[in-house]
Amino acid sequence: MTASTGALLRKAGLRTGHAALLSAFVVFTATPFAWMLITAFKRDSDLYNPNNNPLWFNEPPTLAHWDYVLNRTPFVQWLANTALVGLAVIVITLLLAVPAAYALSRLLGSWGERLGIAIFLVYLVPPTLLFIPMARVISSLGLQNTLWSLIVVYPTITVPFSTWLLMGFFKSIPRDLEEAALIDGCSRLGAMARVVLPLVVPGLITVVIFSFTLSAQEFIYGLTFVTSTAVKTVSVGVPQDMVRGDIFFWGPLMASAFTASVPVAVLYYLVLDRFVQGFTTAGAFK
Amino acid sequence: MVELVQRATATIATRGRNLLDRDRVLGPLLLSPAVVYILLLVGFPFLFAIYLSLTDATVGRPVGDFVGLDNFRQIIQTRSFRTALKNTFIFTFASQAIILVLANILSMALQRDFRGKGLVMFLILLPWVAPVSLTTIAWLWMFHSRFSLIDWFLNRLNLIEGNLFWLGRPDLAMIAIIIVHVWRMFPFATVILMAGHSALPKDVLESAMVDGAGFWRIFFQIRLPLLLPIMSVAVLFSTVFTFSDMTVVYVLTRGGPFDTTHVLSSAAYLRGIFGGNLSVGAATSLFLFPVLLIAAILILRIARRTEVT
Repeated sequence: MTASTGALLRKAGLRTGHAALLSAFVVFTATPFAWMLITAFKRDSDLYNPNNNPLWFNEPPTLAHWDYVLNRTPFVQWLANTALVGLAVIVITLLLAVPAAYALSRLLGSWGERLGIAIFLVYLVPPTLLFIPMARVISSLGLQNTLWSLIVVYPTITVPFSTWLLMGFFKSIPRDLEEAALIDGCSRLGAMARVVLPLVVPGLITVVIFSFTLSAQEFIYGLTFVTSTAVKTVSVGVPQDMVRGDIFFWGPLMASAFTASVPVAVLYYLVLDRFVQGFTTAGAFK
Repeated sequence: MVELVQRATATIATRGRNLLDRDRVLGPLLLSPAVVYILLLVGFPFLFAIYLSLTDATVGRPVGDFVGLDNFRQIIQTRSFRTALKNTFIFTFASQAIILVLANILSMALQRDFRGKGLVMFLILLPWVAPVSLTTIAWLWMFHSRFSLIDWFLNRLNLIEGNLFWLGRPDLAMIAIIIVHVWRMFPFATVILMAGHSALPKDVLESAMVDGAGFWRIFFQIRLPLLLPIMSVAVLFSTVFTFSDMTVVYVLTRGGPFDTTHVLSSAAYLRGIFGGNLSVGAATSLFLFPVLLIAAILILRIARRTEVT
């Protein structure tokens, strides 16, 4: 009896400890988001009163900051720019990565595998290593300060990883299916388009989401190539043009940072398992 | 004549089709657009960076004279560069050490299933999946000189009185930058480790448990050694991301106070893009390269070793 009570108590203790540990982690990761959201709805007089509890609405919430963001900042324009760049990057990434991944995983034998890893490692080349020569390249192409500069350069980030991801998808499809189509008189390309591509639709969707979120997140190239407010993306415009010395600007700032970051985060989260798979297959567990 | 042309085009067409059916032809053909793109926009800029670093080019005079290793020699001697180099290593090592500990604890804690695990996972992963340039603004607000949420809590707990001025003091500003790096990268390391945990052989863990091995013994003697390859992968990638990052420093401190928190990449931006000194900026950036190269080689080695076993 006492032994089982002891065991029960111990179990309950472990459970509480487990819950407390996880809560501590969640507080650490989510507090900045919670505070963004609260700040976005708080009145200035409430925000900037040091005697008020910052995590509580001491005065009724307000939509004033959102009104300001939508009507008196280029936020909507930045969102549109982000969407435009994202869509263009998706198209370019698919056009380059799908054929490359198919060739690497199906047509080039053991060389394909080796080249695939090499292409994956390009993903490790950070923008900060290349931004200075890249700025020269962009200006000699006459693209500086346009959305085109981002559309041309962002696939350097998305193509390597997408190719690697898609290689995994192509490999998981049995070769017999294609060979059957080849015997039935399909050309290799025909077999790829009609038999293989429909089977890797999940992979294509992953690449679409992945390319979009990566271009929506990018900051360094955007900061380097684009100087006019009107052609910025959201992840560059908000930190660069909305952060001001003026302390009374935190409401709109948090409203826009929150609205722009959470949808991107949700999208990214949807493909995170595939993303992790890409890393774990690259490093180990083949 | 017409017939001849028709026959000729027909043979060319079938031959073309046959060629396209040959793996040796079709493979390189499908691969080449991606490879050409990467060579043009990654390979060429990289070589161009090396070239720039060996000249005295500026934005006003884009084609400079060859100066050999002068730029490297000169920047190594400047104090601001040394600070940036030192900071880059401090930020990277400090954050990776903390990330390693946190990710190990959290990935173990998430082995068990419980109600609401999906939501907890999402909240924990938010820092990694959200755009870092936007979330760092939230931290800018958390570290505000007057209305800092962190200061408010510390005041409430009677640990401090008044404000700490996080971003106004070099030591605290450096701690703030490390906190944000840890916050952003440890969820990434955690999910990679979780993938490692789930790939562990269940029978080994179970038989160890049956043999009476306790939690700590199993963790240190079975899990940890088996997880070592994937843990190194997580740390290597996270090192590369942290080492080359300038977003956190740029948004949080812009290198301040008094240029004490610059890192290599933000120093390169300041000189090369903001200051227009292409050659010095490119040379500063290139100091990132050895560490990136070592990381890439290590990743490849781990991959090969696990392939063999």
